[in-house]
Amino acid sequence: MAGPINWFSQIASVTKFGLMSLPQRRGAVAATVIGIAGVVAVLVGVLSIAAGFKQAMTVSGSPDGAIVLRSGADSEMVSGLDRDATRVIADAPGLARTAQGPLASAELFVIIDLPKRSTGTDANVPLRGVEAAALQVRDNLKIIQGRMFDWGKDEVIVGAGAAQEFSGLDVGSKIQVGRYEWPVVGIFSANGGVSESEIWSDAKVLQAAYNRGDSFQSVSVRLNSPAAFEAFKDSLTSNPQLSVKVSRQSDYYAEQSEVITRLITTLGFLIAFLMAVGAVFGALNTMYSAVAARTREIATLRALGFGGGAVVVSLMLESLLLALVGGVIGGGLAYLAFNNFHTSTMNWQSFSQITFAFRVTLELLARGVAWAAAIGLIGGLFPAIRAARLPIAAALREL
Amino acid sequence: MKFLHLIWCNLKRKKLRTSLTLLSIVVAFVLFGFLSAIQQALVGGVGMAGADRLIVRQKVSIINLLPVSYEARMDRIPGVDFSTHQTWFGGVYQDPKNFFMQNPVEPEKFLKMHPEFILPPEQMKAWLATRTGAIVGRRTAERFHWKIGDKVPIQSPIWAKEDGSRTWEFDIVGIYDGKDKGTDTTALFFRYDYFDEARANVKGQVGWFTIRIKDPSQAAAVAKQVDAEFENSPAETKTEPEGAFIQAWARQIGNIVLIVSSILGMVFFTILLVAGNTMAQAVRERTGELGVLKAIGFTNGQIVSLVLAESCLLTVLGGTLGLGLAWTVISRGDPTGGLLPLFFFPTRDLLIGFGISIALGFVTGIFPALQAMRLRVADALRRM
Repeated sequence: MAGPINWFSQIASVTKFGLMSLPQRRGAVAATVIGIAGVVAVLVGVLSIAAGFKQAMTVSGSPDGAIVLRSGADSEMVSGLDRDATRVIADAPGLARTAQGPLASAELFVIIDLPKRSTGTDANVPLRGVEAAALQVRDNLKIIQGRMFDWGKDEVIVGAGAAQEFSGLDVGSKIQVGRYEWPVVGIFSANGGVSESEIWSDAKVLQAAYNRGDSFQSVSVRLNSPAAFEAFKDSLTSNPQLSVKVSRQSDYYAEQSEVITRLITTLGFLIAFLMAVGAVFGALNTMYSAVAARTREIATLRALGFGGGAVVVSLMLESLLLALVGGVIGGGLAYLAFNNFHTSTMNWQSFSQITFAFRVTLELLARGVAWAAAIGLIGGLFPAIRAARLPIAAALREL
Repeated sequence: MKFLHLIWCNLKRKKLRTSLTLLSIVVAFVLFGFLSAIQQALVGGVGMAGADRLIVRQKVSIINLLPVSYEARMDRIPGVDFSTHQTWFGGVYQDPKNFFMQNPVEPEKFLKMHPEFILPPEQMKAWLATRTGAIVGRRTAERFHWKIGDKVPIQSPIWAKEDGSRTWEFDIVGIYDGKDKGTDTTALFFRYDYFDEARANVKGQVGWFTIRIKDPSQAAAVAKQVDAEFENSPAETKTEPEGAFIQAWARQIGNIVLIVSSILGMVFFTILLVAGNTMAQAVRERTGELGVLKAIGFTNGQIVSLVLAESCLLTVLGGTLGLGLAWTVISRGDPTGGLLPLFFFPTRDLLIGFGISIALGFVTGIFPALQAMRLRVADALRRM
């Protein structure tokens, strides 16, 4: 007996009938597809904000990079290290070295007010004073326009993100820091990382402008290898001269982005969940009306000997198909609308602006389509069961 | 009214479809509620700003401090009623996730400047009598179950005490309430004199000043004069109305808010579109019956109102349920745990939501209703 084959061919033919009748139910079908496309677009769209933010943070942390702050400080802004401490840190074991010395950059981190291009209102733009090793302790740093500033001179370079988001940061313009005016001589990129939101100057120049004497806020270093981190950390934390907190770059940036990622994902999921509930109702309505419109058809099929199971499966297939179409449309819309959308926001931990681009990743798209499938299955299940349970004789009498 | 039963029976005819439509309308309005609460949380502070208050901060950036001596100089500027200052303390209670603001202030001037904070007079007295005293807003007090008399240790990554310790202990002497529900009651305020004496460095420097001006219409002129007063000093100032200051802060968060709210708006209308489509379909299916009603003497006006009443009943019911549900959930507080101190459902938006639900009923009902009205009885009956 060719049971399974027969069963599959039953499903195939019932599904085919269902699909052929779609044009007659245009309104309801379109409503379902639009509804589900909406859910997926929103889910993917909102989460792409969080994904983009996270990405900016992740590419910033290289596996062999580390950052040293004063112990108890949760961001560079509130940290402080004197010259002696930064020397001890630069001499610690495990640091990568070049002919010019260890790859350690003692840095200052302050903010200055600059107007946002989009609104014209002031924003806290980070201004970092760096030492010569800064370009090597971070990955993928490149000057893309103009030149590097000259050490010891009152000049700055600007991250590509900052140059795009805030006014007055083009090469050739000048930024005003208190009574000083510093020309912008170059623009750099950092593969989309956090540094792109910043303005950089020579640490010594910034110390003088801010009356910081010879003190710093953080030391960024590059290690020999990712494995050298533990030894580096232990030697610093066990040193009685120092009271510091040592983190891997990646952990530090993950911590820095936590608040905002939490905010966006909490809200994003909440919204998408509510929407999904709404879309399930929409899908249920569509499939119920599909079943109602085909009561006689289904009853005729059952009378001819088609099984209840085949009817259930094929109705669910139909609903799933509609949902997937909606999902793909929604994902596509989200991709077109949001991928690589540049913006900036306030990163509360560092009290400063961070520029980043939304990222519609494959993973997000897959998640969106999975939600669509779930909505389709739930929306198809109950109407399908009702169809299969229809008393055949009564349904046929409706003819 | 005598047709209410008829309307009700029509809605009950396809119970499942009616309830599904109702539920999707409910969901749409819950979403609407969240949308307004989020909006409120992110940009609502602007509306609470005092029109007669100016904020003075250091010109380069708000993280740069200003000498406390500026206060007396500002008070002498014509048009200035009085001024007072605050400083960002940025402390941590137990865990950095427990975020709330703590600032050192001058108690009397502070409360005079901010009448939106209400503190019982005997608690004010206790604050003036207790050097390490602090007052905390109702919301934060409830969040951490603090009572008057509690000692609260707060770690400050920014401010060390003279002995090098970074743990500051405050005595809770008062709990203040907001004048209305738009007032942020999450912050803790403590005494500046204690703060300045105990801190290890930059004594005599404060974060920013708030000025009360005598005539709000002179805000721009006074702001200019204040900035002129400190021009060419090591600490130049930037003065602006409190509203503009808060707005600039909200804008720092950027267009993410705008993006999220436009997405939500889109969603809201998509759901309504879908629900509306279903409702219109339900009326169209009954063309024949409407013909019968006309045949037995219902006027056009009665037919239109019958159909409209049905659709409005459904949307208003859904809208009320959804808004009510949103209200209940939102009143339970901020879902992010302290990040959004002003998370609540403004009454104005509640009314707007209610208005939208009526409008929705009208829009979805009007086209099928008009169709039904124009229907010729003979045509309608033929369709039966």
